[in-house]
Amino acid sequence: MNVTKEEIISKLRQDMIRWEGFRPPQPGTSSDLGLGIVAAAFANGVFPTGAIHEFISSSPEDTAASGGFIAGLVNRLLGSGGACLWISYTRRIYPPALKLFGVDPDRVIFVDVPQQKDVLWVTEEALKCEGVATVICETRELSFTESQRLQLAVEKSHVTGFVLRKDVKKINTTACVTRWQIRPVRSQLRAGMPGVGHPRWEVNLLKVRNGKPGNWTVEWKKRNFHTVIAPQIAVPAKRYA
Amino acid sequence: MPKRFASIWFRHLLTDWKAIRQPGLKGKAYVFAEPDHGRMLITALTDNARKYGVTEGMTVADARVIAPDLQVFDGKPGRNIKLLTGLAEWFLRYTPLVQLDPPDGLLLDVTGCTHLKGGEKAYLQEITKRLKIIGYDVRPAIADTIGAAWGVARCGSEKLIIAEGQHRNALMPLPPSALRLPFDQLLKLRNLGLHQISSFIYMPDSVLRRRFGKNMVLRLHQALGQEAEYLFPLREPVPYTEKLACLEAIKTRPAIEIALHDLLERLCRRLYGEGLGLRAAMLTWYRVDGKNGNITIGTNHASNRVQHLFKLFFIKLDSVAPGLGIELFTLEALSTEAVSDKQSELWSARGGADSDEFAELLDRVAGRIGTKHINRYLPGEHYWPERTPELNADLKKKPESDWRTDKPRPMQILDQPEPVEAMALTPDYPPKWFMWKGEQHIIVGADGPERIEREWWLEPGEHRDYYIAEDESGRRYWLFRSGHYHDGNKQHWYLHGFFA
Repeated sequence: MNVTKEEIISKLRQDMIRWEGFRPPQPGTSSDLGLGIVAAAFANGVFPTGAIHEFISSSPEDTAASGGFIAGLVNRLLGSGGACLWISYTRRIYPPALKLFGVDPDRVIFVDVPQQKDVLWVTEEALKCEGVATVICETRELSFTESQRLQLAVEKSHVTGFVLRKDVKKINTTACVTRWQIRPVRSQLRAGMPGVGHPRWEVNLLKVRNGKPGNWTVEWKKRNFHTVIAPQIAVPAKRYA
Repeated sequence: MPKRFASIWFRHLLTDWKAIRQPGLKGKAYVFAEPDHGRMLITALTDNARKYGVTEGMTVADARVIAPDLQVFDGKPGRNIKLLTGLAEWFLRYTPLVQLDPPDGLLLDVTGCTHLKGGEKAYLQEITKRLKIIGYDVRPAIADTIGAAWGVARCGSEKLIIAEGQHRNALMPLPPSALRLPFDQLLKLRNLGLHQISSFIYMPDSVLRRRFGKNMVLRLHQALGQEAEYLFPLREPVPYTEKLACLEAIKTRPAIEIALHDLLERLCRRLYGEGLGLRAAMLTWYRVDGKNGNITIGTNHASNRVQHLFKLFFIKLDSVAPGLGIELFTLEALSTEAVSDKQSELWSARGGADSDEFAELLDRVAGRIGTKHINRYLPGEHYWPERTPELNADLKKKPESDWRTDKPRPMQILDQPEPVEAMALTPDYPPKWFMWKGEQHIIVGADGPERIEREWWLEPGEHRDYYIAEDESGRRYWLFRSGHYHDGNKQHWYLHGFFA
């Protein structure tokens, strides 16, 4: 009898995850983004594609690190075909650098919106389009309502969206599935070697729906993410909406 | 189908126009005069003025002597062209091919148009009647050739419609002035006693050419249909055009949307049947008060999908100002291209960059923010960092070379390198620290220098020595020193980018 009860509970848990807008990946598509240990923090242990991810940064250095991390994820997402849009108001991304993260810069279409108020309009239109694999949106402000609109758009089209918020002064509640903060940390070389090593970041998963937030040190090496230090999964003190 | 042409002769173009503007002048003797060599010469006059013996080319002073109550108005050169252009646009309701025929006429290609009004006679009658109501006195004629129609309209007797193949006979009794000849040639013909076309039509071409020049032979052949002559239409007819006339003037947004949708459906069905798609289209609306306006759209690849084109127009519908109401919409396909009807790939989840959905998305975005803000980069054959990514507007072009991966490049780059204060212990070594925005960054690890020479064939300037520098807290920067170390010349350090 106990076994059945446990089964019922686990089934209900699965149902709740589905009701909250989380879908299991479509069959036939690889959804392993190469995050390794980090992926354990998500619901079902799979990086949620077809959802909105929020990255916050407060300095250009953080923005560059977030860009690198996103490019690493986009690399895998583009593997199954589709186009990539990079929407921004004041763009500083240097296209040739994307190649170092495995993304062909000629496959990315940069939309440089001349007016800030159009950024989210373009993003929403792009997220509604099923021919698009991923959309990266660089913006400053993202209100709760705006994030809800974006999230609703992707729930229909299964596009993965990344919202990179630059120069964030105040963190507000959003309807995004995850919130990340990526900071560069000192790279490591073999002892005694001079110079600068592979890109290395402190990845903070500040909140994740149905998962466990945590923080890791991740290095980009040989076109893959490598988690450097054993993860310290934080106690979920608070559940975000 | 044999060609049929109509020539419309406005017998008193300028004076009729004046009478329309000032109805009190009707039946009066008045003339238009323009200055010429210090005198005022009469350029246009009414029938009543002619009764006094006033003629064109007479000076105003002479005319006043023989006709004391003659009214004189100032003529303006080019006014007749302006009037004719307006009238030619009015004539577009009768035929799409209208050409101005200065100084006082219009030429129409009426092939296949006359049956719409119930035959050629009814066609001409309606034109004359409607122009009479407006106030213009016209003499129209229809014939197989432009030249014959012109001559019959101006010099013909009662019969103004020349049946097919009869234009040669019709021209016979007409005077030589029916052939659109210059004045000196007409004078020469009169002096020779050739008062009718029939008197010289049988002369050999070589004789006519020797005596009167090749222009005379050309005009004769054109009138007889032996030499081709074409109209240069006022407005090029667009091959794919749809019109929607509204029974009642419409002015609400839903009604305009319905009209647009209806037009698009008709146009797209036609294009689909011919395997074509739209690249550019224009919606024009004509308002009750005579004003009109238009909106245009362009697409990235040929499309004949109604929903997509409707969305493109929808973004711009805000600029439609219906005023008191719109009575007519026209939708023109300004450019079309063959469209490849691909079987939609049922099983692939994602379309890719050349899929229809994606092109439609870009069309919508371009409709809102403009095409020039959508960029794509291909690898450029340059070492200079600003030129390595080459801007490319073509979304389908494949790169000709690979992206270089042998040298690390920063994730974020500054549009303009920012000068920083830096200190290097040894020349050609990376700096020990640098100051940027008031913060000191102590450098603990660095790679470099990577010298990048200025492309001197494109622009002058110093070379750059780039360093990848990592500070104490792990932030990675792309710094460069501009130029060589010089005595007395301070080394200039710049920050150019941020590494991931």
